[in-house]
Amino acid sequence: MKLAVKLFAAARDLAGRGEVEVEACPGADVAELRELLAEQLPQLAALARRSLIAVNAEYAADNKPIAEGDELALIPPVSGG
Amino acid sequence: MIELTNNPIDIPRLLERAQQPAAGAVVFFLGITRQFTAGRETAELAYEAYHEMAESELAKLEAEARSRWPLVECMIVHRLGVVPLAEPSVAIAASSPHRHDAFEAARWLIDTLKESVPIWKQERWTTGAAEWVHPDKAQILSPENARTVSP
Repeated sequence: MKLAVKLFAAARDLAGRGEVEVEACPGADVAELRELLAEQLPQLAALARRSLIAVNAEYAADNKPIAEGDELALIPPVSGG
Repeated sequence: MIELTNNPIDIPRLLERAQQPAAGAVVFFLGITRQFTAGRETAELAYEAYHEMAESELAKLEAEARSRWPLVECMIVHRLGVVPLAEPSVAIAASSPHRHDAFEAARWLIDTLKESVPIWKQERWTTGAAEWVHPDKAQILSPENARTVSP
C-alpha cells in the first residue's frame, strides 16, 4: 500500500518536501513505517529514528497497525514554547 | 481557550479575560525570544506547527489542566511564523480561586506543552545560519506520560 507521510521542520528540509510517499506492506505498523522512511530517505534516517509517528493527528505506539488512507506524520522531537 | 496565531500575542486581551470574579489569582506566563543561547546570538526565531494536531494537543492540555486544578480561566496561545527578539511566542494564563492552583497549573501547562505539542522552533542566528531545534532529550514515547507527571 502507498502511504503519504507529512514532514515538518528539519525533516521537511532534509527531504526537500512536506510530504513523502512510501510503499508499505499491508498490515505494516508504526515501527515499520519509521524504518521504511529511514531506508527510503537515507538523509532522514537519523532524525526519523528519534521521531514519533502520528496517525490521524494522534501520537501512535510503535505496534499500532496502519491502514491505507490514515493521515500520517513524522513528528521529530518538538521544541515549541 | 487555546489558539495558534500568526500575529503578535494580544497580551491585554488575555489578561483581561483571565480576571474573572470567581478567581482570586491570575498567573500569566510568557515565553519570549531570547537573544543569547550558549554564547550564540539569535536574530529571530521562526515557529511551525502540525496545525491540526497542535490544536488538538493544546485542547487536551487545557482539558487535563481543568480536570486537575479548579481553574476559572485557562488560556494557551502560541504564535507561529517569525517571532522577533523579546516578543512572546507563547502565553499561558491560569486563574483560580487561590494562587497555589494557578501557579501549579501554569507551570504544568508550559512544561507539558514543550514536551508534547507538535510545534518546532528554528533558530535564526545573527551569522545568517538557521537550524531547527530537535532536542536530544529522550522523546516521550507515550505522550500520555507527559500529561500524568505529578505537578
